[in-house]
Amino acid sequence: MTTAVSPAAPARTASMAQALNTALRDAMREDPTVHMLGEDVGALGGVFRITDGLTAEFGPDRCLDTPLAEAGILGTAVGMAMYGLRPVVEMQFDAFAYPALEQLFSHVAKMRNRTAGRLPMPITVRIPYGGGIGGVEHHSDASEAYYASTPGLHVVTPATVADAYGLLRASIASDDPVVFLEPKRMYWGKDGFDPAAPVEPIGRAALRRTGTSAVLITYGPSLPVCLEAAEVAKAEGWDLAVLDLRTLVPFDDETVCRVVRSLGRAVVVHEAGGFGGTGAEIAARVTERCFHHLAAPVLRVTGFDIPYPPPMLEHHHLPGVDRILDAVARLQWED
Amino acid sequence: MTVLDHRHHTAVPGWLPGATAPRTDPAPLLPDPAPVRVLGTPALEKYDPVLLRELYRRLVVGRRYNQQATTLTKQGRLAVYPASTGQEACQVAAALVLEERDWLFPSYRDTLAVVSRGVDPLEALTLLRGNAHTGYDPRATRTAPLCTPLATQGPHAVGLAHAARLSGEPAVALAMLGDGGTSEGDFHEALNFAAVLQAPVVFLVQNNGYAISVPLSAQSAAPTLAHKAVGYGMPGRLVDGNDAPAVHAVLAEAVERARTGGGPTLVEALTYRVEAHTNADDATRYRTGAEVEAWREHDPILLMERALRELRVLDDELVRDAAEEAEALAARMRAEFHAEPELDPMSLFAHVYAEPTPQLREQAAQLAEELAAEAEVQP
Repeated sequence: MTTAVSPAAPARTASMAQALNTALRDAMREDPTVHMLGEDVGALGGVFRITDGLTAEFGPDRCLDTPLAEAGILGTAVGMAMYGLRPVVEMQFDAFAYPALEQLFSHVAKMRNRTAGRLPMPITVRIPYGGGIGGVEHHSDASEAYYASTPGLHVVTPATVADAYGLLRASIASDDPVVFLEPKRMYWGKDGFDPAAPVEPIGRAALRRTGTSAVLITYGPSLPVCLEAAEVAKAEGWDLAVLDLRTLVPFDDETVCRVVRSLGRAVVVHEAGGFGGTGAEIAARVTERCFHHLAAPVLRVTGFDIPYPPPMLEHHHLPGVDRILDAVARLQWED
Repeated sequence: MTVLDHRHHTAVPGWLPGATAPRTDPAPLLPDPAPVRVLGTPALEKYDPVLLRELYRRLVVGRRYNQQATTLTKQGRLAVYPASTGQEACQVAAALVLEERDWLFPSYRDTLAVVSRGVDPLEALTLLRGNAHTGYDPRATRTAPLCTPLATQGPHAVGLAHAARLSGEPAVALAMLGDGGTSEGDFHEALNFAAVLQAPVVFLVQNNGYAISVPLSAQSAAPTLAHKAVGYGMPGRLVDGNDAPAVHAVLAEAVERARTGGGPTLVEALTYRVEAHTNADDATRYRTGAEVEAWREHDPILLMERALRELRVLDDELVRDAAEEAEALAARMRAEFHAEPELDPMSLFAHVYAEPTPQLREQAAQLAEELAAEAEVQP
C-alpha cells in the first residue's frame, strides 16, 4: 500500500526534531514502561534537542542521563527490556553507535530468537545519521547497511515530519528491536503532521511523487534530493516517480515491485557507499523479481566507497541532483 | 523523589563548585587483604549446619554433573563443554545465595550454577549440545541465557537490577564472569553503570587463572581483580573460590547490601580450572601438571569433606545420599543425552521477529519445499 503524496489537513506545523520530541513525549505519557536513556538526554535535551523537556516532565528515572559508554547504554537497555520495560536509546551520532554494535548484533537482535520468543527486545535505538550538516569526522556516517544486514532488527528511517512522528510511535510500540535512523540534516525542516493520525505499520513504502518515466527509489536524507531531481528532470522530458522506502527492514518488496513493473526503469539513491550497500540489495531484489518488466538495468546513485570526507568536501561525495540525472540518462532510453 | 537522587552534585569543601575532588574514601572499598576463608578456620563453627550440608550435597552432585557432561562430550553427545570442574564451590554458592525473585546472569561456563538454580540439565545444556540456543525459559527461574560474548551479560544484569529497583521490587542480579572477561570493555561499562546507578548487582569474577591459555599475569596488572572495584566506587571482596562456605558468605553479604539499597559489589573468587578450557583445548601446552596437582589438593569437595568431618556435620549417611543423588543425575543425563533430540527445521523462522517478515515467509516456504523433497527421497 502507498500513502497519499501529501497528508490532508495537518493538525500542526513542526520541525522533524519537534515531531520526534512529541512522539517520545506522547509515548512516555501513554505507556509508563517507555524509558529514555542516552548521553546528554537530560538537562540538555540531547545534542539535537530531541529529548528536550523529557526529564523535566518525567524525571531522571524515565529519561536518564547515562555515563558516556554506548555498549553500556544498550546493554543496560537489554536488561531493562528483560524486566519488561520498553527502552528507547539515543545514540548521539551515527559513528558513536559503533561501540554498541556487539550488544546490538549479539544480544538485541538475537535475544528473541535465542530464547525461543521468551525474551523479546522491544527496544528502539534512535540514531541521528547521514551527512550534509558540515560535521567533522565521525559525525556523518550513513551506517544503515550494517543494521539492515543483521537479522532480528527492524530498520526504519523517516523522511518527512509526519513519518518522524508516526514511525517513531510505531517503532516504540513494536515488540521487536528497531534501529530508528533519523536523517539529521532534516531535523530542522518544517512540515505539517497530525499526532492524532492513525499510526501506520512499519514496513510500508510511500510513493511521494507519481511519474511515468522511471522511479527513483530512496529513503531518509536522500528523499528531498530525489524530489528536487524529479522537478529538474521535467525540463529534460522525464516524468520521474519518487518512492520513499521509509523502512529498510522489513523491506516492502510488494510496493517497490509494483512501481518498478509499471515503469520499467528504476534508480536507487542513497548516501552510503555503493559496495555492499542497501542499494545493491534493492537492485538485486528488483532484478530478480521484475526482470521481464525492466527496460534497463537498475542503477545505483550512492556516495563513493570512501571514509566520510571532511565537511568542506562532502558535497562531492553526497549524491546530488546532477548525479541522479546522469543515472536517469543512462537508463537506455534509446532502446 | 526518584531512586537516582544520589547522583546530585554535592559540594566539596574547599573546592570550586562542580570541582571533581575525591568523592569517596577508597579505604572501605579496598578488598580483603587476603582471600576470605572459612573451612579450616574457627569461623566455620558459626555456620548453620543445614547450609553446610546443603553446600556439600550440591558440590558432590555438581562435580558428577561436570564429569558426566565432559564424558558426554567425548562421546559426541555434546558439541562442546566448558567444564567448571574445580570451580564447583563458586557455581553452587552463586545459585544457593539467590532467592527466587533474584536473577542470575551466567556465562557459558556456568551451566552448573544454572542447574543448581533449578533448571533441568537437559534444558540447561541445549546450547552446548547444539540443538537450541537457550533450552530453558529464562523467566521461569529468573536465569538469563548463557552468555558467550565475554562480559556482555554484565550490562544486562545492571539494566535488569536497575529496572527492578525502579519498580520497587527488592530483587538482586548476580552476574558471573571470568578473569579474562574483566579485560573486556563491557566489564568496565557494567561496573561503572552499576555504581553510578547504585543498581542492586553483584559481580562474581571466578578467577580460574587462565583465559583459555593466557594466564592472569598477561591479562591484568591490577593488585587483584577485586581492586578494580575501588575505581568504580564500589566495594571489592576477595575470597577463596574453592571454599564453598566462604564464597557463600561473601556473596550473601553482597546480595544483602544490594537488596537493601547499598549498591553493587565486585567479588573475586580465586579458583582453578582443573579441566582444559573445553574438550577442544590442550592445557598441557600452557601449564604444568604440577600446578594442576597442587590445585587438586585444594579441591573444593576435598576441603569441604575434611572440614565438615572434623566439625561432625558430615556423616556417612549424607555422603551416601549425595553420592546416590549424583549417580542418579548422571544416569539420567546419560539416558536423556543418548536419545536423539527432537529437531524442527521450520522452527528456524519462528522467533526471528514477533511476526515473520514477508521475506522470511518466502524463505520458510523454500525450506519447507527442500524438506518435502528430502522426504520423498528418504521416506
